[in-house]
Amino acid sequence: MSAVIAEHDHHDDDHAHGPEKGLLRWIVTTNHKDIGTLYLVFALTMFFVGGAMAMVIRAELFEPGLQFVEPQFFNSMTTMHALVMVFGAVMPGFVGLANWMIPMMIGAPDMALPRMNNMSFWMLVAGVLLLASTLFMEGGAPASGWTLYPPLVLQTGKALPFAIFSVHLLGISSIMGAINIIATIFNMRAPGMTLMKMPLFVWTWLITAFLLIAVMPVFAGAVTMLLTDKFFETSFFNAAGGGDPVLYQHIFWFFGHPEVYIMILPTFGVASTIIPVFARKPLFGYSSMVYATASIAFLSFIVWAHHMFTVGMPIAGELYFMYATMLIAIPTGVKVFNWTATMWKGSMTFETPMLFSIAFVVLFTLGGFTGLMMSIAPSDFQYHDTYFIVAHFHYTLVPASVFILMAAGYYWLPKWTGHMYNEKIGQLHFWLSAVSVNILFFPQHFLGLAGMPRRIPDYAVQFADWNMISSIGGFIFGASQLLFLYIVIDTVRGGTGEKVSDEVWEDAHKHGLEWTLPSPAPYHTFTTPPTVIPTEHI
Amino acid sequence: MNNDIKQKNIKLLRTLLLVAVAMFGFGFALVPLYDVLCEITGLNGKVEGSAVKEVVYTVDKDREITVEFMTSLNESAPMVFRSEMKKIKVHPGEYYTVNFYAENLTDKIMVAQAIPSISPGLAAEYFKKTECFCFTEQTFKPREGRTMPVRFVVNPDLPKQYKTITLAYTFFDNTKTQ
Ligand code: HEM
Ligand SMILES: [Cu+2]
Repeated sequence: MSAVIAEHDHHDDDHAHGPEKGLLRWIVTTNHKDIGTLYLVFALTMFFVGGAMAMVIRAELFEPGLQFVEPQFFNSMTTMHALVMVFGAVMPGFVGLANWMIPMMIGAPDMALPRMNNMSFWMLVAGVLLLASTLFMEGGAPASGWTLYPPLVLQTGKALPFAIFSVHLLGISSIMGAINIIATIFNMRAPGMTLMKMPLFVWTWLITAFLLIAVMPVFAGAVTMLLTDKFFETSFFNAAGGGDPVLYQHIFWFFGHPEVYIMILPTFGVASTIIPVFARKPLFGYSSMVYATASIAFLSFIVWAHHMFTVGMPIAGELYFMYATMLIAIPTGVKVFNWTATMWKGSMTFETPMLFSIAFVVLFTLGGFTGLMMSIAPSDFQYHDTYFIVAHFHYTLVPASVFILMAAGYYWLPKWTGHMYNEKIGQLHFWLSAVSVNILFFPQHFLGLAGMPRRIPDYAVQFADWNMISSIGGFIFGASQLLFLYIVIDTVRGGTGEKVSDEVWEDAHKHGLEWTLPSPAPYHTFTTPPTVIPTEHI
Repeated sequence: MNNDIKQKNIKLLRTLLLVAVAMFGFGFALVPLYDVLCEITGLNGKVEGSAVKEVVYTVDKDREITVEFMTSLNESAPMVFRSEMKKIKVHPGEYYTVNFYAENLTDKIMVAQAIPSISPGLAAEYFKKTECFCFTEQTFKPREGRTMPVRFVVNPDLPKQYKTITLAYTFFDNTKTQ
């Protein structure tokens, strides 16, 4: 197809023109790069909002006793911190990366359904704003923990229906985003970009998108039942009417466990994209990475009750969920092995994206180990609902998902902006984060093993020392993230001033199509499909 | 984008939306599924919600089971609720009656429902009640206190490993929802 004909094809498509002028551009845009930017900026903002809530939590826990906030508000903070981070920061962060990178990685001109893309972003904003508004309602924001267990959550004040409606909005938004990603990957690949030639980031997102479509509606159903229990006299979870609160936990975790993989699979994808470039080797075991991702996704549907070992399941159930959970360690181990093997005997350099990726491999594995400890049903009776589990999932989320989001930022910012970030400050940001994240979360293992329960504003004095250390780590970690904000703003405004090449990183064009495009990437890319497909990542 | 791809995108969009709607339905389908599963497997300590007919078993005088009673109130319902005894030693196959006492502490009419639970859950199917205040909602006049009997038998087929059975009741104040 000649370029002239391609132009004609585009005539009725509004995104064939340059961006609109002024603020309107950002509201009506259907361009995948604009929408990607919106998602990323939104995620970064929410990262700081959720982070501020975490600072309230750590300040209150700095010393035993009640210092700064009421217990009710403290519990609202743990609940809102989790919801904002999960639905406002981590998930939108990866959706932003998907929007920016998937079309560029598979040689497509845009996402498959651009208008829906715009809608899902603004619905996300509406959902998160609605959620945040519950903080100012009579009775305060939900304080039940992010899992919203009844009967406790039904004691929420005026905020309950608003919180539930915001979950609906967030769910619809991510389902639309997921459908868009699947349609883009299935229908918009450049000729020659076969499924098994796609970069792993694309693969992991494809699988994540299916997880989203499968479980977000189930969560929406569960909170709808909460709503009808509260206002329409149904008794799904109300024992007095023949319901069962444990049923909620089953439905919630049927969503909740796949949800944790929704946050980690794209993380795996970005790590598998970055590590080979800085090790200057192809990714070790490409196809085993694809199959491992798929098996993790499959297994994630059949292990949910490992969150419920203490509800009084019969022994057969405990055993089944224990062994099924342990199985997940196998494909996960395959992945860790492959990343390590990719680095093995590579000509490694340690720019900021690589540093964050290596820290991810090490620290995520640590989080996986504690996960494995908790999968042992009899042991979990000790760990459950203590700070041990708080340490577990923060290791799998902060130095994993969040670190990889940072790594992705450093890795692709030069492509997005055409400017180089300041490597010195980047490295400073890395070292401060990597050290403080361990000061913050490692002591929480000890606290949990010693019996400190999670979600409490006050604690016995025996826990004082480790809590103070953890809080200090928290404050350093929080403050260090301001460096990232500075670097992003600085890079957008010109960075080091040095002219970045198209491939930015040495030989990166062998690893991904995005590096064959000019830096900064033009508003429209691959309006005619690329002809050469890089295969170094395979 | 050419029209061919557009058509394919719309078609995929429709299919996937359908999947999402189906999964929303699946969430609700889990409710009956859960009950069916609990019933088939006898998990969860769920007990029959209505009286069983009194049948005569051969009493196993050689075996003694301790039955414990627990009483609690949901969301601090304004009531007094206790059992006449904390525990009783029983022979499987023999019928026993134990009294519970409940009192309405408010000046209004109260409708309350007691929900039983048995642990260990797998023993629940061997614990039979021929009479219980938990089978229906109980209406209390203002400040009324009442003694209510529970008549039960432990089926002699109860597997050997069970030596103690705990019967727990929680009273829910249902007045508001009337
Ligand atoms: C891959 C990233 C992972 C993430 C993001 C993650 C996240 C979480 C979260 C958020 C919880 C707490 C839920 C709550 O009670 O609020 C949790 C609990 C748990 N995780 Fe993970 N996890 C991950 C990996 C693993 C792995 C690899 C295993 C096991 C092989 C595992 C096993 C468990 C178990 C058994 C619990 C239940 C602990 C309890 O409630 O007592 N996790 N995880
Ligand atoms: Cu899980």
